[in-house]
Amino acid sequence: MSISPDLAGRVYPAGDPYIVGREKIREFAAAVKATSAAHFDVEAAGALGYADVVAPPTFAVLIAQRADAQLIADPESGIDFSRVVHADQRFTHHRPIVAGDELVTELHVDTVRAMGGGAMITTRAEISTTGGRHVATTISSLLVRGEE
Amino acid sequence: MSIDFDSLSVGDSIGETVVSVNRADLVRYAGASGDFNPIHWNERFATEVGLPGVIAHGMFTMGSAVQLVTDWVGDPGAVVDYQTRFTKPVVVEDVAGASPTDAAGTEISVSGKIGTRDDDARTVRVDLTVSAAGQKVLVKSQAVVRF
Repeated sequence: MSISPDLAGRVYPAGDPYIVGREKIREFAAAVKATSAAHFDVEAAGALGYADVVAPPTFAVLIAQRADAQLIADPESGIDFSRVVHADQRFTHHRPIVAGDELVTELHVDTVRAMGGGAMITTRAEISTTGGRHVATTISSLLVRGEE
Repeated sequence: MSIDFDSLSVGDSIGETVVSVNRADLVRYAGASGDFNPIHWNERFATEVGLPGVIAHGMFTMGSAVQLVTDWVGDPGAVVDYQTRFTKPVVVEDVAGASPTDAAGTEISVSGKIGTRDDDARTVRVDLTVSAAGQKVLVKSQAVVRF
């Protein structure tokens, strides 16, 4: 099954909020070998002006990949997950993510470009608080390799 | 923040570091990130799909490389934009004879220098060079830091 160019422009609306946990930030920070005390210690984060521990710069991938999963799971997308290669990634932070945030994500399929027998799909996740404040924009390009 | 923005110039080095990654680190990242793709932990599956072996998550490499920047600036929240392209996989061997948890692992070398400075926004763009086994594994890896 090939990737439909009609996917471009599709928007997947926000689902249930993602609740950012203090322990999840600590776990993720340890997993990327981050050592800044602001990821682990509420007082150290407070000294930098944060209400709680602050997420590492790539933490939002957890939230963005949940949104991407909606697209990959959509039977109309024709994406075989086993053929997906992560080609590039960008995070733009409008403000840092901290523990306690309740975040919702709207996923936009920006472009679909045929490449060989496959396609390069660029998605954009717009992440906001449940109160409507914009927190982060993540952009990912996924290369779906064609069948050999 | 101890760094004085006005003292920074394009071309200045922000330093360098080495991140070591073994199979245990990949298991930990899989669990923390929820990315359980078997190419990151199962040799048989990885080679069947044409990879040279188990490879690190691109997002592990991206996430660990930026630590050089957050340590330099002293505030993880100062990184307002961070992007990269993934070019080459980081192969992580199961080292014979080594304890699985303490195995030395693959070394990822990270260095950074200031690529641009924006006086109005009070930001600098740090350009990272990230390589493993002598090859660049991330390309156009850029972190924008706000002062």
